[in-house]
Amino acid sequence: MDRMTRRMSPAAFAFAAFRHAVLGLGSVLMLAPFVLMVAISLKPPGEIFAPVFTLLPETWAIWENYGAAFQRQPLARFLFNGFAITFAIFALQALTALPCAYALAKLRWRGRETTFVFVLLGLLIPPQVTAIPLYILMWQLGILDTYAAIVMPSAISVFGIFLMRQFFRTVPDDLIHAARLDGLGEFAIVWRIMLPTAIPALIAFGILSFVWNWNEFFWPLIVVQSEELAPPPLGIVFFANAEAGTAYGPLMAAATVVNAPLVLAFLFAQRWFIDGVTMTGVK
Amino acid sequence: MVDAAFPSARPRPSRRAGAALEAAAAWTLAGPAVALMWTMLLGPALAVVGLSLTDWEFGMPTIGWAGLDNYFEMAGDRVFWVTLRNTLVYVAFVVPLSVFLGLGVALLIEAGATLRGFYRAAFFLPVTSTLLAMALVFQFAFHPSVGAVNRTFAWLGLPTTDWLRNPDTALFALGAIGIWQAVGLSMVLFLAGLKAIPRDLYESAAIDGADGPWERFRRVTWPMLGPATVFVVTITAIRSFQVFDTVAVLTDGGPNKATSVLLYQMYQEGFSFLRSAYAAALTCVFLGFVLLLTWLQVKLLDRRTHYA
Repeated sequence: MDRMTRRMSPAAFAFAAFRHAVLGLGSVLMLAPFVLMVAISLKPPGEIFAPVFTLLPETWAIWENYGAAFQRQPLARFLFNGFAITFAIFALQALTALPCAYALAKLRWRGRETTFVFVLLGLLIPPQVTAIPLYILMWQLGILDTYAAIVMPSAISVFGIFLMRQFFRTVPDDLIHAARLDGLGEFAIVWRIMLPTAIPALIAFGILSFVWNWNEFFWPLIVVQSEELAPPPLGIVFFANAEAGTAYGPLMAAATVVNAPLVLAFLFAQRWFIDGVTMTGVK
Repeated sequence: MVDAAFPSARPRPSRRAGAALEAAAAWTLAGPAVALMWTMLLGPALAVVGLSLTDWEFGMPTIGWAGLDNYFEMAGDRVFWVTLRNTLVYVAFVVPLSVFLGLGVALLIEAGATLRGFYRAAFFLPVTSTLLAMALVFQFAFHPSVGAVNRTFAWLGLPTTDWLRNPDTALFALGAIGIWQAVGLSMVLFLAGLKAIPRDLYESAAIDGADGPWERFRRVTWPMLGPATVFVVTITAIRSFQVFDTVAVLTDGGPNKATSVLLYQMYQEGFSFLRSAYAAALTCVFLGFVLLLTWLQVKLLDRRTHYA
């Protein structure tokens, strides 16, 4: 049939047109909410409810909307919380997962197989399942409504352990033997030999961890009451409730700001994002 | 550095002592992770099953054994059945469309050479976005009078309604948001699956006379994508069962329970009404569905490898 010739055959041209028409329309639908969000965040109230929708405002209201977003609610605080919480979680996850993954991949010990089976079982449990017992635990410890309560349940990532263990298995044993002969202890091997080889996997895991925890809403909604502890998604709900669904301009400005870190990171590091998600699909 | 705690292998100790040292090092290295895994994940997961068999309500000083009473109560509760039905309808709406659209997009992107990167990025962007912030955008888009959806529908001569407040459409409006976010994920997973198909399979199929696009798809692409499809369906289904954010911000389970889903009911029972044991039982039902899906996935992939 369509043996490719130098000039496009009519059939090939028709197919290319079809491909771009369908994918183009699809892209418009996918991107429309982002465009709508930014467009409204630039408009004064009168234009938002105007009978005809325009992409760009007649009178720009950038400063009013974004100013209001940051002044009427502690949006900067929400962003800070988001960065602090995601960073703390990833640091703890890496700190616990890397040594464990090394022990599972490279050391011989009784309990290794059992531990790995439990890691795999852990992968099957959706995070919402543990909410009630963990809430009771945090209550018993008296740390409800603190950063610790937000971070603790995510301090361990069975997915991280699994991913790193799979990766460490591909590291040659000779590298570890050589390190031992050089007098390195097992602890030093993890951080000085294994960690540098695992940087790509760790970055992929870091991106996933950042995306999941920046967007996490369920658990913070349960344990956080104080506005000043809220991560961005919860903060924006406080915002929406306070404005009672009328101040769409500032609300969309806040939504834009909350989305910005992830969207910008994605645009600059697309490959890492897509590879990371492909590696997993989990959660 | 605490290297001293783990003596190095030089001078090489006896084999027995070496094994003991290795085991000690392994437990020290894995210990913190194992302890956290039990306190934060496996322990609580077991506790939720145990709690579902009691009568405890949050803050009560005593706890009593209740057997399967919570489950009987659930079986007799109309709201539970409505919730379960809503959850299943939501999953049945979101999963096939996300998977099918994701596959179509992946095939179309791979079928040409131009603008691949742009299309991939455009379809993937919703996956990384903050769903909660985007839900508020959708709330505006679904606005009955000035929303983009009704404006477009009216312009096309299609029927309009107050999508999120109409009990007949609310669940599907939330489903549309779910699909919007899930298509990109299924697309990248299918793209990875397509890349893994060896080129020479198409050449041998061409020798056998299968050189039209449809024949190529039917005889090579689709069978080779089988495992990827099972994986994508499972992942999408599990994520759809977890629907919560959009319900919590946009509809509160309403109107009249039309969008009440398992996790949302669990949240309300457990954290608004503080009926911990009953909420634990709801959690177990939710967990049961997720495990069932995983089990089906394993079964399907297993059978495949047997006769592949």
